[in-house]
Amino acid sequence: MAGTTYVIDDRETPRFRVHRSAMVEPAVLDLERANIFDRCWLYVGHESEVANPHDFRTRRVGGRPVIFTRDATGSVRVFVNSCPHRGMEVESRSEGHGRFLKCFYHGWSFDTAGELVAMPDDEAYGPNFDRQNMCLPRPPHVDSYRGFVFLNWDPAAIDLGTYLGNARTILDLVADQSEHGMSVLGGTHLYSMRANWKLLVENSFDAYHAMTTHQRYIDMLKASGRDFSVRQVGPAARGVARRGPMDLGGGHAVTGSVDTSDGDVLGALGREFPDEAARAKHKARRARLVELYGEEWVNRMLGGRNHLIFPNLFVIDLVMGCTIRTFYPDAPDYMEVTAWELVPNGEDEQLRHLRMSNFLTFWGPAGLATPDDVEALERCQRGFAAYQAAPWNDLSRGMNGHPVNSEAQMRVFWRHWNKLITGEELSPEDHILFDPERDGRRVHGTAAEARP
Amino acid sequence: MSAALDVAAFGAVGERTLALRHAVEEFLYHDADLLDRWRLAEWLALFTDECSYLVPSTDRPEGDPFTDLYLIQDDRFLLEQRVDSLLTKTAWAESPHSRTRRLVTNVVATHLGEGAVEVRANFLITRSRKATVDTYPGHYEMLLEADPGGEAGFRIRMRKAVLALEELRPHGRVSIIL
Repeated sequence: MAGTTYVIDDRETPRFRVHRSAMVEPAVLDLERANIFDRCWLYVGHESEVANPHDFRTRRVGGRPVIFTRDATGSVRVFVNSCPHRGMEVESRSEGHGRFLKCFYHGWSFDTAGELVAMPDDEAYGPNFDRQNMCLPRPPHVDSYRGFVFLNWDPAAIDLGTYLGNARTILDLVADQSEHGMSVLGGTHLYSMRANWKLLVENSFDAYHAMTTHQRYIDMLKASGRDFSVRQVGPAARGVARRGPMDLGGGHAVTGSVDTSDGDVLGALGREFPDEAARAKHKARRARLVELYGEEWVNRMLGGRNHLIFPNLFVIDLVMGCTIRTFYPDAPDYMEVTAWELVPNGEDEQLRHLRMSNFLTFWGPAGLATPDDVEALERCQRGFAAYQAAPWNDLSRGMNGHPVNSEAQMRVFWRHWNKLITGEELSPEDHILFDPERDGRRVHGTAAEARP
Repeated sequence: MSAALDVAAFGAVGERTLALRHAVEEFLYHDADLLDRWRLAEWLALFTDECSYLVPSTDRPEGDPFTDLYLIQDDRFLLEQRVDSLLTKTAWAESPHSRTRRLVTNVVATHLGEGAVEVRANFLITRSRKATVDTYPGHYEMLLEADPGGEAGFRIRMRKAVLALEELRPHGRVSIIL
C-alpha cells in the first residue's frame, strides 16, 4: 500500500528484506488481485490439452472460471465459464468433448466458438433482442506462445510477446525438445498449501533448500546408484554444471544448469539409468537434438532449469521430468496449486517410463520431495503469525555476486511485485541481467521449422 | 492368522467364499493396524519382491499408469525408499508423524486360482496433525497371493488406492501411505 514498505533493497551492506505482513494481511491480497492478477498475463493451459476440435477443459484462471476449448476450425478458444443469461457456470465437468456447451439452468446452448446456437422459447424475446451478442463472454485478451496459452483480464494490457520478452527464449528450451511437439499428459495434480502464494514462488526456484529439505530424495537417488562424487567439468565429467540465476526482465527469472556429461546423466536430479540401453537411447536422442540445434543449445536444454513467468507460472524442467505449475491465492494463507507433466511427443517407450517415474518420485503431492515443500511453506506461514514481533524475511544470499544457491531470482520477483504493489522502482542487479550468449544459443531454427 | 489360512476353502476360480473374505479381512485389518501404528518396516514385509503401489491422480481415477500422470507409482525399489524415508526424521511432512485411523470395509475378495486373490475394499483414512484433520476416502484394488507359511497369510503383489476426491484440497498432500 502507498507509504508502506514491504521490500528493503540495501545494496551497500548488502541486504534484501521482505516484510512478512506481505504474506499475512488481507489488504495485500486485495492489492495483488487488483494490481497483479487482474493486470498480468496468466497461464490458461497447453494447447495439447485440447488436442481435437470440441475438446474442452474447465479451470480457474486468476480466480475466475474459464472454459478452454478448440473450435470447429481448430482454433484454441478461452471463454468465461458464465452464462450471458443469468451467470451460471455453463460447464461443470473438468474435461470433456462436445460440439455444444449447454447451460442447464434455462437451456441456452453455445458452440465451441462461443456463439449462442439455441435458446428455448426464443419467440418471447422479440425480433430486436440482440442474440448476436449473447455469446459466451471472452476474456479481454487470449494469446499463446509455442503451445502455452495465456489470458489477460486487463483490456489495456500489453501484448503477450512483449510481456514475455526474454522469457520466450527460456520457453524455447522446453518447446524445442521434440520435432513432434510437446504434450501435457492426462491426469493433473490438483492440490493446495496452507501458505501464502509467494512462498511457492520462492520455493519453486530455491536451490538453497534442496540439500536439507529434500535429503530423503537425495538419499533415494544415491540408493538408485546415482554417483554424485564426480561432478567436475571435463572429458570424464558425468555432471551438470550449475549456472547462476538470470533476470529476464518484467519479473520473469530463471535458474539453470548446463549438461556437462555428454548426455550421461538425466539432469542434476534424475535417477541413474536402469541399464546401459536406456543411457544409449538418451544419448541418441541428444545426438539428434544436437543435429537440429547445435551442441550449446542442447547442453543447456539438457541441463535443466526452473523458470518463473511472473506472477504465478513455473515451467520446471529438470530433464528427468518437466512440470508446468501454477497457483492462486484464495486467502493470504491458502493457495490452490495445479501441476501438469509436459512430455516430448514420439519419445522412446523406456525413456518415457523412466521420465514418468522420475517425475512422480520428485514432484507432486505424494512424491518424495513436494510434501516436504508443502510442510516447509506451511510452517513458514505459521511462523508469520508472529510477524509484528519478527517482521522480516531475509533474501540476501548472492547479492555479493556469488552464484551458488543464490536468491537473486527471488529478488527479481520481489522487486517487480514491489513495483506493482507500491509503485516503487528498485533497480535490477547488474550481475544477473539477461545475456543470450551466456549459456549458449540455438544455431538453427526452431523445432517447428526443422519439421519436414 | 496363518494357522487359519486354508487355501482349499477359498473355493473355485471366480468364487467369493465366506472363508476367503474372512481371511482377507483379517489381512486388511492387520495391514491397516501396522500403518496406523507406524510399524512400516513390518508393513513393507507384506509385499512381494515384484510389487507395485499405485495412486491415480484425483481427476483421472481410471487413468492408465503407462500414459497418465499418477500421484504414486512405486515399484519395489521406490516403495522401500518411501518406507525407509518415512522412518527417518527427515521426511519433514511426517516428522513428527501424523496420527491416522483407517476404516476398511465393503470387502469383496475373489479367488483367481492357486491362492491368487483379487480384492476390492473401501477405505476412509483420517490424518490429524497440527490442528487440522484431513480425510482420505477411497477404495482399494489389490492383488494378493496366499502365503500360508507367512505370518500375515497373504502378500501384496499390487496395491492401488483410488481416492474418492476430485482434488487434494485442502489436504495438499499424501504424505502418509494409503
